[in-house]
Amino acid sequence: MGWLHRHRSVTPYLLLLPGLAWLALFFLVPLGFLGYQSLQTGTFESGYTFDWAFSNYWDALSTYHEQFVRSFAYAGIATLVALLVSYPLVYWIAFRAGRWKNVFLLLIVAPLFVTYLVRTLAWLNILADEGPVVGALRDLHILGPEGRLLATPVAVVAGITYNFLPFMALPIYVSLEQVDQRLLEAAEDLYASARQAFLRVTLPLSAPGIVAGTLLTFIPAAGDFINAQLLGTPRQYMVGNVIQSKFLELLDYPAAAALSFILMALILVALLVYARAVGSERLTG
Amino acid sequence: MRRVRRYVLPAYALLAFVYLLLPIGVVILFSFNAPSGRFNYVWEGFTLDNWLNWDAVPGIRDAVIKSLELALVSTIAATVLGTLLALAIVRHRFRGRGATNLLIFLPMSTPEIVLGASLLTLYLNMRIVTGFITIFIAHVLFIVSYIVVTIKARLIDFDRHLEEAAADLGANEWTTFRKVTLPLLAPAILSAALLGFALSIDDFVITYFVSGPTTTFPLFVWGAARVAVPPQVNVVASAIFVVAILVALGNVLWGLRSRRTALEPMPQALPVPEQLHHAEPA
Repeated sequence: MGWLHRHRSVTPYLLLLPGLAWLALFFLVPLGFLGYQSLQTGTFESGYTFDWAFSNYWDALSTYHEQFVRSFAYAGIATLVALLVSYPLVYWIAFRAGRWKNVFLLLIVAPLFVTYLVRTLAWLNILADEGPVVGALRDLHILGPEGRLLATPVAVVAGITYNFLPFMALPIYVSLEQVDQRLLEAAEDLYASARQAFLRVTLPLSAPGIVAGTLLTFIPAAGDFINAQLLGTPRQYMVGNVIQSKFLELLDYPAAAALSFILMALILVALLVYARAVGSERLTG
Repeated sequence: MRRVRRYVLPAYALLAFVYLLLPIGVVILFSFNAPSGRFNYVWEGFTLDNWLNWDAVPGIRDAVIKSLELALVSTIAATVLGTLLALAIVRHRFRGRGATNLLIFLPMSTPEIVLGASLLTLYLNMRIVTGFITIFIAHVLFIVSYIVVTIKARLIDFDRHLEEAAADLGANEWTTFRKVTLPLLAPAILSAALLGFALSIDDFVITYFVSGPTTTFPLFVWGAARVAVPPQVNVVASAIFVVAILVALGNVLWGLRSRRTALEPMPQALPVPEQLHHAEPA
């Protein structure tokens, strides 16, 4: 310990070393390999060789642009719906739920305690053709007599929304919780109506939570393939489904790697735009 | 009108909770179903058989044990690495602090499928055989960032005075850390570890890429979903859910209690001026 005391400036590096080494070795290095793999040509049988095959990227984009558009559209809609569902809910918890706040919060994260795949499969029961939801919608003539929800974009987007909603709700709750009540009283004293006070005070103050929630929902949603696979059909497949099947079933590694890189790059671009708009310190904490 | 509007928000909240909790109810309900065929989609009758014979389905017991083992070792490793990282970031000034923060943040903002795919390319190119160890590496990687964030939040509003007091009383750095810092941080480390455990036991996407022949519980469900999901899957998921909820409740209550005792004024034998100063009128 004496040596450490004399070299205090070394301490942070010693603390960082194991964690950063892990992140570098198993996050950065693999990304390098992914890039390397994405520029290879060949087949699984004959082996892949590296030859700067940038055409892989072009091929991936032109063949699967439909899946890319679908991924971002589904993720965008799911994020928006999650925001609309969770904002009033956490608003109620933060300002009206009183001493039961923590219990209600626990109810919001409760779905995360059910295995991801199992809670997605539960929607198979709920949305089944002979199930109660489809029955009710048919009776109300919102769906035709043969209409169904499973195997439609509605089911896939509903599944994605459900699975990532807690990631939207929690950050918004945290930001609402920090809203200083005295500011709302001040607004009231200055003759602001309830609506004005909400729009001019509460909503802007909860913006950081909305930003964080949007990212935490959108990023995993855009890369998801489980909902499309379990609740949809190949006509609802997203980029994740293509990457998954190319990597693990078709063993077409270069194409799969190029697709992964494009997905990550698109998400990073979206993130940077967001970071510029709200300040990067808020994103990385 | 006002009276009606007063009920809009609670009613909305109630509906939202129904939406959030309905699938959980379905999962638990169908763990008691007695399907006549292979498919567990329609309610056919109540039975306890699935719970009594939860491991009657070949492979399910091994998968559950594998998941628990993985979650345990990954959580321990990630908690150690994450705590050290959080201490370094909050407590020390050093070169490359921004880059460190970024490196910790990036895995969280990368889709799981890309994390899984890139690790798989690493293993393929290095000719590493996938299995338990490769899943362990992947789990520690994706958990560690969440652990850092959780502990960091707690460390930032940490009362340094207690550590300074220990130093004033002649404790060296290591003793101060062991006797003061660590016990005070224990609740934060525990919540971080619980989060890590939950993330690991639930992970499907990354595990799917790097698992090789090893089967965890989520992988078992995936395999079963291609044919027909037996009600025993619902049993295991319900059991995990109940345990997780109980642990989370315990953690919430423990957090409330330790915060209360920390805020409570010291016994009257010790009139500390600082506290008298901050004492609120009853």
